[in-house]
Amino acid sequence: MIKLVNLSMNYQGKQVLENINLEIATGETMVIIGPSGSGKSTLLRLIVGLVRPTSGEIWIDGQEISQLKEAELNQIRLRMGMVFQYSALFDSMSVGENVAFGLRQHTSMSEAEIAKVVSRKLRMVGLFGKENIMPNELSGGMKKRVSLARAIAVNPQIVLYDEPTAGLDPIMSGKIDRLITSTRRIMGVTSVVVTHHMSSAFSIADRIAMIYGGRIIELGTVDEFRQSQDPIVQQFIHGTKTPGLLARRRTKTEC
Amino acid sequence: MLVAYLEKIGRGMIALLENCGRIVLLLSDPEPFKRRPNMNHVLHQMAHLGVDSLPIVLLTILFTGMVMTVQISHEFIKYGAQSSVGGVIAIAMGRELAPVLTGVVVAGRVGAAITAEIGSMKVTEQIDALRVMAISPIAYLVVPRLIACMMMLPLLVVFADVIGTIGGYLVATLYSGIGSFTFLQSIKVFTVVNDVTGGLVKAVVFGAIIALVGCYKGLNAPAGAEGVGKATTGSVVASIILIFVSNYFLSLMLYR
Repeated sequence: MIKLVNLSMNYQGKQVLENINLEIATGETMVIIGPSGSGKSTLLRLIVGLVRPTSGEIWIDGQEISQLKEAELNQIRLRMGMVFQYSALFDSMSVGENVAFGLRQHTSMSEAEIAKVVSRKLRMVGLFGKENIMPNELSGGMKKRVSLARAIAVNPQIVLYDEPTAGLDPIMSGKIDRLITSTRRIMGVTSVVVTHHMSSAFSIADRIAMIYGGRIIELGTVDEFRQSQDPIVQQFIHGTKTPGLLARRRTKTEC
Repeated sequence: MLVAYLEKIGRGMIALLENCGRIVLLLSDPEPFKRRPNMNHVLHQMAHLGVDSLPIVLLTILFTGMVMTVQISHEFIKYGAQSSVGGVIAIAMGRELAPVLTGVVVAGRVGAAITAEIGSMKVTEQIDALRVMAISPIAYLVVPRLIACMMMLPLLVVFADVIGTIGGYLVATLYSGIGSFTFLQSIKVFTVVNDVTGGLVKAVVFGAIIALVGCYKGLNAPAGAEGVGKATTGSVVASIILIFVSNYFLSLMLYR
């Protein structure tokens, strides 16, 4: 379980996150939405320990991690995987080497066993047999899928996704959404997905949290979220400057 | 006007000292150094950073040895001291020219490459990816480069000592008219082992400076292509300054 308690983050004099309280249950898919620059990605980076909070606590499976040393944090990170916004594949390594990287560093598996795992993970993301391709030969969607294969190669319990569908066409976005869902189903992982694509959020989320101005202004299931009376939430869902207008129209039509 | 100028110098000095402090902090956590480095990675870095630098180092030092001989042989012959030319060239090569010029050349070539490579990894979140995968960037990126530079720079200096002296020998015998025996005998009489070993000690320190400054600048490169460019330039400048400054203190310590 991931639990954030009174979490605040101040960066270069700017309050990025303020008093965030959030619990993410084991096996749950929590989608964090919000406008650009609202602190969504910072929240992910806090959870994985890439940045330290100004104040507050971060609990991962009952352990408070915000004050841990890097070596201690690494023990927690072994249970985590992360898909980065721009994939962050190691460009000097092939696809297979990228996926195998964590296994080579942290396990005593033989090369034959590693090759099997790599092949299985690449098959999961629909890239079977692409081990020898270099990252610069891949499309954006393929890079995201390799990044996911790398993240899940060491069988993590928590997978964090930073804008997994950003810059992708709707078909590829749908494919990535289905991968996130199937990864959760097959591996039982806890997923935290940062996105500003509402269609993605609605299709993969168990619960959605909306961050605005560094605070969580709405938290609930997909249905609760759709029915939110908050004008900012409605504006974000419908992408219109007249909050709630489209929702009201739809309600009228349905009646 | 004067105050502003002094303030500018002061800010530059503070920034330099801050950077030196942060570079030392790179080494403050002993954890990444406890892990056995990947030898394949170290060997790859040794080939990339050391062997590939050999041609440019040899070329630089060969011509430095030659031009130095042109200059001093003319003056020495004027005072009847042609029998000292070989020794002076060999001592200058071993103690100062070979280590310092090799350091400068490698700082320009290798230091820049280290910063550019690590800097571009930083701006494309590859460093963050390493950390998320519970791999210390210090252990994975800095340690192999540090070992490679500290091992390869002395080797390059050995080659530089030899080629620089050969350059001097060729000019002395073919251009300045100093006899081959006189030149070689002069080297034998004037030089001691410490002239060469002292230079090698300097090379180890310069290698550490180049690797640490290059890695530090790369790991702290500002975002964007421009940031990586600035970090690369800064890395070369800082490495060269530190090489010259440390060379002075090393010379004081090693050749008192």
